[in-house]
Formats: sequence, C-alpha cells, structure tokens
Amino acid sequence: MASFADMNGHRASGYSAEAQPDRTEMRLLVIEDDRDAADYLVKAFREVGHVADQANDGEEGLVMALDGDYDVLVVDRMLPKRDGLAVIGTLREKGKHTPALILSALGQVDDRVKGLRAGGDDYLSKPYSFSELLARAEVLARRGGSRGEETVYRVADLTLDRLSHMVMRGKEEILLQPREFRLLEYLMKHAGQVVTRTMLLENVWDYHFDPQTNVIDVHISRLRSKIDKGFSQPLLHTVRGAGYMIRDGAR
Amino acid sequence: MTALGKLFRTTTFKLTLVYLSVFALFAAFLLGYFALNTRRLITEQITDTVNAEITGLSEQYRQGGISRLITVVDARARRPGSSLYLVTTFNGDALAGNVGSLSPGVLDSPGWSETKYKRLEETDTTGHDALVRVFQLPGGFRLLVGRDLDERERLYHIIVSAGRWSIAIVLVLGVIGGVFVTRRVLRRVDAMTETTQTIMAGNLTGRLPVAGTGDELDRLALNLNEMLERIEALMAGLQEVSDNIAHDLKTPLTRLRNRAEEALRSATDESDYRAALEQTLDESDSLIRTFNALLMIARAESGHARDGMAEFDAAEIARDIGELYEPVAEEKGISLKIEAAAPAPVRGNRELVSQALANLVDNAIKYGGPERANGAPAQIVVRAINDGERILLSVGDSGTGIPEAERPRVVERFVRLEQSRSQPGSGLGLSLVAAVARLHGGELKLEDNAPGLRSVIALPRGGPVHSPG
Repeated sequence: MASFADMNGHRASGYSAEAQPDRTEMRLLVIEDDRDAADYLVKAFREVGHVADQANDGEEGLVMALDGDYDVLVVDRMLPKRDGLAVIGTLREKGKHTPALILSALGQVDDRVKGLRAGGDDYLSKPYSFSELLARAEVLARRGGSRGEETVYRVADLTLDRLSHMVMRGKEEILLQPREFRLLEYLMKHAGQVVTRTMLLENVWDYHFDPQTNVIDVHISRLRSKIDKGFSQPLLHTVRGAGYMIRDGAR
Repeated sequence: MTALGKLFRTTTFKLTLVYLSVFALFAAFLLGYFALNTRRLITEQITDTVNAEITGLSEQYRQGGISRLITVVDARARRPGSSLYLVTTFNGDALAGNVGSLSPGVLDSPGWSETKYKRLEETDTTGHDALVRVFQLPGGFRLLVGRDLDERERLYHIIVSAGRWSIAIVLVLGVIGGVFVTRRVLRRVDAMTETTQTIMAGNLTGRLPVAGTGDELDRLALNLNEMLERIEALMAGLQEVSDNIAHDLKTPLTRLRNRAEEALRSATDESDYRAALEQTLDESDSLIRTFNALLMIARAESGHARDGMAEFDAAEIARDIGELYEPVAEEKGISLKIEAAAPAPVRGNRELVSQALANLVDNAIKYGGPERANGAPAQIVVRAINDGERILLSVGDSGTGIPEAERPRVVERFVRLEQSRSQPGSGLGLSLVAAVARLHGGELKLEDNAPGLRSVIALPRGGPVHSPG
C-alpha cells in the first residue's frame, strides 16, 4: 500500500508546494472501530506532522480522551461499547471541552444537527477526503485561539475591520458585497489555515448540500480579483486538492 | 383447527351465546313469575267464592235448620259447574252434596285444605284436585264447600309449557342465528386473512374484499386497503430506487474498475499511475454525489424530513441561491435576475427547499444558455411569489426549453434528454426537486417560458397537510 505522501506526490504534506499552511503540531485522538480506517488516519496525520493516537471502541476512547491532552478528537458516530455521541456527551459532562469532530456514515441534515447538539463541534459525513478532515481538524484545534474576539483581522497589508465593515489593502479601500465580506472575514479568521469549499459553503452560506457546480470557486475568484489584483504579492491562495487559504506569502 | 371449533371460538359466537343465555334466563324468570301469580290470583278468587258461599249457607242453616240447608245444598249441587258441596253428620255420613269421596281426614280438620275428590256420579279411579273449606255447624254437622282446581292447574300448565316451548325455540333459533351470523362474519374474516396471507407471501397488489355494506368490517377493510396502497407505493419506490442504484452506480463503477485495471496493465511510469489514480478519485467523488442525491430523494419521499419543518422566508432563499449562483451565471455570459422583494413565508425544510431551488438554477445555467436566438444575452430569472395560498419559487431561462411532450419524463430519475448528455450531472436533479415539492405537499411544474423553460416549485404556505391514516 502506497503511503499517503506517495499518493499525493507533489502535494507535499498533503498540500501544494506554493502555499504552505502555518502548521503547528496537533495532538489528535482518532476514535474509530474500523482499524484500517483508523490506521490510515493516524498515518496520514503523522505524515503532515501531527501526532495521532487511536482508540478502537467507545470506552477506550473515552478513557484516553479524559486522560490525554489532545487538541482535537475525531470520533466515529457508531462505535462498539459506547457510541460516539455518548462519548462526547460524557466528556462534556465531565467538563472536558476538547474540540470533537464527528464522522458519520449517515450524513443527513438531522443527523448532523443531532451530532452538534450532543456536543460535537464539527461533523463530516463518510466517505470524506483526508484533506477535508485535516482542514477541519486544524481549524478546530486553533479554535481555542484568540482570533474570534479580534475586531480587526490583518494579513500582510490587508486589513478587515469587523465593526466598520471596512476592508483596506495597503492604503486603498476595497469595496465588497456583504457576502464577499463574510467570505473574506471567514478566510482571514482562519488565516494561515486551509479552508475547504464545503467549509465555506457551510460557514458563509449556511448550506449543507453539494451545489454540484463550482460556485465557490467563482466567488473566490471574484474576491481574489478585488483584493489581489494589481498587487505584487497575492494573499488568497488556492491549495490544490483541498481548498483555499489566505496568508502572507512573504513569511 | 376444525371448522366447528373455529366457529365456537369466534367472538361473535361467544357474544351470541352470552346474549342468548341472558335472554333465556330473563324470559324464564318472567314466565315463572307470571305463572305463579296467575295461580295465586285464581286461588284467591276460589277462596273468595267459597267463603261467600259458606257465609250464605250457614245463614240458611241458622234460619231453617239442617233440613233447609240440605235442600239448598241439594239444589246447588245439582247445578253444573265446578263447585263442590257436602253436608255430613258428626260421624261423616253424607246428608247432601255432590261429592262422592274425599281424601281421608279432610272432614275432620276444619278450615282450608287441598284434597283429592270424586263426584258422586264418577266411577273412574283417579280423583280430581279441589280446594275445599270445612265448616263446623252447630249440632255436629259439617259443611264442605269447594272448587275444582283443574281449571287452575290447566291454566298453570298452559303457561308453563308455553314458557318452556318459547324458551326452547328462542334457544334453538338463537343458536342457529348465532351460527349463521358467526359464519357470515367468519367467512369475511377468513377471506381477509387469506388475502393478508397472500400479501405477506409477497403479492403486494392484493386488496382486502369489501362487501359494500359500509359496516365496521368494511371500514376496517377500506382502511387496511389504504395502508396497503401506501405500502405498495413505498415498496415500488424502494424497488425503483434499487433498480436505479443498480443502473446508475454500476455504470460508473464499471468505468472506475476498467480504468484501474487498464492502469495496472499499461501504465509505464509514475505520471501514468498518478493520472489513473486522480481519475479514480474523481470518479468515486461523482459516485458519492449520485449516492447522496439518491439517499436525499429517498428520504424526502419517505416523508421523514417532515420532522424538521419550520417557518422560513422563501424570498430570502430565492435571494440567497440567486446570489450564490450569480457569479457562475455571469461567467457563462448569462445574466441572473432575482425578483423576490416581498416576503414569502412558508412552512417547510429550509435546507431541502434551498437545495431544490439550487438544482433548478444549476439546470438553468447548464442548459438554459448561452445565447438567445436573436443574439440577446441569455437571462435567468429567479422569482419568489406569494399568491396568497401558495408560495411559487420559479426559475425561468431563455434557452431551448423542453418540448411539452418530454416534460413529464424529465422529472423521472436518471432521465437526461439527448442534448444534455455531454454535460456532467447525475440526472437526479429534477427528481430531487419533485420529491422535495411533494414532501411539502406541493408540486414541480415545468412551463414554457417562451423562449426557454420555467420551472416552478409550488408550495402550500402552511406546509404539508397531514392526510389521515
């Protein structure tokens, strides 16, 4: 079996070479009863520089999640001994608030709502791509960071003021439509991190279905033409096979 | 189970038996009461008459002595009737009267008694019953006055035997009626059971027999038939889904497998393998998409998604979806207009309605472009209208449209018209829209936009009306 890195080849570390996300090492716990799937995930996380442990049933997962100091839990919805939602529920009851991402084969809207209500922080339906899972896990791990409370986001010479809704690139004001503003706001909130198309669709548009056409790409290219066009240094990068990222390329 | 045993075990038969015994008991009680009271009444009448006669006769005795009494008694005894008279000396010798013999000891006990007697002229051995009163006269004479009881007994027996017979007839008729009714009911229930068995054996087209009398069994049968109708429709849907899954998933799966096989056989360097793997990933992504769409349709059709319904503004959805697709349309040289200023509140599943509208807009962009016949730029209009009772979400394009004859067909799953085969897509878009509309108690209408196609999702404002049953 080819390793994850081999499979992606030129997408070193899972992403394209031109724009590397700011990656700080994460500690993950994968709670998944399918050993092959768990092995694959642990290996793939390690290859991109994270540390991942695995638990193969609900009980084991609960004990490890309570004792270990993890940044993110990846929890399968259906587990032997104790199902995924119960594991998260128990953790929350005991005051453990490690961000948890639920993996589910069900994937219907109400299942998703149920998962989030049980204390899950994000939800991904199977089958998923690893780049999607990785992007979501990295966003979850950083969630504890301070970005959410800042009123002004800054990436290089691009600033976005969340209160006055003013966007500046250098000394130039950029006029954005309301939705473009929210798109840029979400991208800048997660500056240095990859955000996928479905994450954008979910968080900027609040839709959980697949729009089939490349609608997000077109919105991104419009936004890009507003914030990057005419500037020598592009900030909004396409991460091949994964999604988009805003970052200061000079760093 | 024997036929008879089955009969006896039925509720109808048991009920019949219970009613029958209650009725028979009541009838027996009533007749018995009637018979006894009649008897008592007759006895009272006899007593009264006898008392009156004794008073009269003793008056005669007081006035004219024994000889007068004998004359009067003789005269009365000779009259026809059921009255009995006897005058005796102190030692029992008969002086006058129409009584030949009596049960022994009757004359010695003054007062009332029932006795056997024979008249003077009678010779047969059996006696008759009589109610008599013996009266002591001064001088040791005894006067006996009585009445024959045959009449009373006859009446009593008539009533009793009439009672017996009628109860017997009631019982017999009741049992026969019970058996008859029970067998009728049993036949219908048996017919129903038989039908349900064939249905359980897999013949879902079977329906329970309805007698047309509108009784409770008919109502039950009609309701069950309605249920069967629904089950059959669901099963047919399921069958269709699995057929479609087989059809539409096997084709790309075959393609995927062939590519992998070909890569294994003929790829020579790493870039060949990579290309093959990337194609495989793309292929599996589109498989997942088709699969998700199928699940979504099945879910919408099962009515399960009704749980998550809430009030939302369809105009806002029209604006949001329009805005989401506007850049894509523009990129293809199509202008997308949104006409949804007035609020259009509707009850339903926001996510599903959004997806349905997105599918229509997606279709309009794919097939409604790129240019009108007269060279004017293509246009798509997304509209939300509140016509009072319904909310109409429509997407009109200026493309080639769909010929009227083909319109009903395109809503079916996996149907893609010849000219659209070159475009990517699962062929499930419109069936999902139709399923979502039906879920909300509405419909999907395809109309002529002159030129182009106008697809309209019509939703009742209050959401689906839950049909009973």
